[in-house]
Amino acid sequence: MMAAKHHVTIKGNKEGLIFLLDDSCTFETLLQELRYKLEKTHQKILTGPIVHVFVKLGNRSVSESEKQSLIAAIKSKGNLIVQRIESDDDDADQAHDHLFIHKGIVRSGQTFECAGSVLYVGDINPGGSIVARGDIFIMGSLRGLAHAGSDGEESAVIAASHMRPTQLRIAGIISRPPDEWGFDETHMDFAYLNEGKMEINKLNQLHKIRPDIREYKGV
Amino acid sequence: MGEAIVITSGKGGVGKTTTSANIGTALALLGKKVIMVDTDIGLRNLDVVMGLENRIIYDLVDVAEGRCRLPQALVKDKRFDELYMLPAAQTKDKHSVTPDQVKEIVTQLKRESDYVIIDCPAGIEQGFKNAVSGADRAIVVTTPENAAVRDADRIIGLLEGENIKSPKLVINRIRANMLKSGDMLDIDEICQVLAIDLIGIVPDDEYVIKAANKGEPTVVNPNSKASIAYRNIARRILGDSVPLMPLEGKEGVMAKVKKLFGLG
Repeated sequence: MMAAKHHVTIKGNKEGLIFLLDDSCTFETLLQELRYKLEKTHQKILTGPIVHVFVKLGNRSVSESEKQSLIAAIKSKGNLIVQRIESDDDDADQAHDHLFIHKGIVRSGQTFECAGSVLYVGDINPGGSIVARGDIFIMGSLRGLAHAGSDGEESAVIAASHMRPTQLRIAGIISRPPDEWGFDETHMDFAYLNEGKMEINKLNQLHKIRPDIREYKGV
Repeated sequence: MGEAIVITSGKGGVGKTTTSANIGTALALLGKKVIMVDTDIGLRNLDVVMGLENRIIYDLVDVAEGRCRLPQALVKDKRFDELYMLPAAQTKDKHSVTPDQVKEIVTQLKRESDYVIIDCPAGIEQGFKNAVSGADRAIVVTTPENAAVRDADRIIGLLEGENIKSPKLVINRIRANMLKSGDMLDIDEICQVLAIDLIGIVPDDEYVIKAANKGEPTVVNPNSKASIAYRNIARRILGDSVPLMPLEGKEGVMAKVKKLFGLG
């Protein structure tokens, strides 16, 4: 099972041990090799006083359960304490939290895509679409399609100063106005998911319904 | 050095060819040297609308493939001082010329004239790419229908991609009575969605059909409302500021009084 290339590299520094985990192999191979090294080859170094462990995953992004199995494997040695699991992919996750500001007009047949949340200054015309991994705020008319939380983030919202969409999507939920959420006034509204169902509310209610998004609390 | 203006719409049947013929003729009436180019290869119409069908010898594809010199292919309209047309081929299709070839031809024509009016085929494929390749400016024609406005929006997006900035809008076939009753898309609404400058509105006029069938551009008749609308567009192209024509015809005395008191 030991291929020419090592998938798990263990280095030491002042703070403790750094586990450099290769990001090109499968997660299974990685876990197997990690267990093998901990139990067979590196026994001597890994016994004794408490050692802090920093895990670096490179470009690999891991799910929560994969993270847990990594921690469990390392924890199996009583003296190892996992301090942090880092992935370069976290930068992309942080982009999700970042608010991008763009201006222009999305016309029919065009798609505007954004890795994070977006403040779009301008119109989204019928036949055009705006897709973001985070929230969508539009200063202008939303007449086309908007898809917030495109990676499955159900807490994402879509807000527009003039809400006249052909279709709204949040995560995997698709909603089609006006039959599903009739409204007369179409000013400064936002769409959100309430227990898996799309709802529309006035923009000034946003801080109550999604208190966690970038709230300004005053000083 | 003249200027090349492409007349386009995306959707078929909104009046690109009629608009091309009339804007071209109106510019010629205003004393400009105009060359109209039909790029709708395989479905040429401009020659029919202009009544020049029986005088075609060579066409755009002949020029592109070097079977004749460019001046040989130009058809002169004898009714006007300096109005010419470069017809499209009827037997070939859109792939028989490339955007570069059309661009080269249009550049040559620009040197010879004040305005080159390019009649674009419907659609967004090769024909569209051919037509816009040599253009400096664009006029987008739409009608007050959702489908036409949607396609116009798509075309404006594509024109921006072709680096033709700030195209102008012509709204064709407006019916004043339907506009009044609210059954037709409002002009303001269309302008709001498309967000480009309006260069003219043309009322729906039966005379346009009659004139096209006679092979005579509508603008020649000064009594038609559409004719006045096209003449106004031509003047706006030259840079004059001409107010949009009222659609309702002459305003009544009562309407004027009401307007005076801010009630109209």
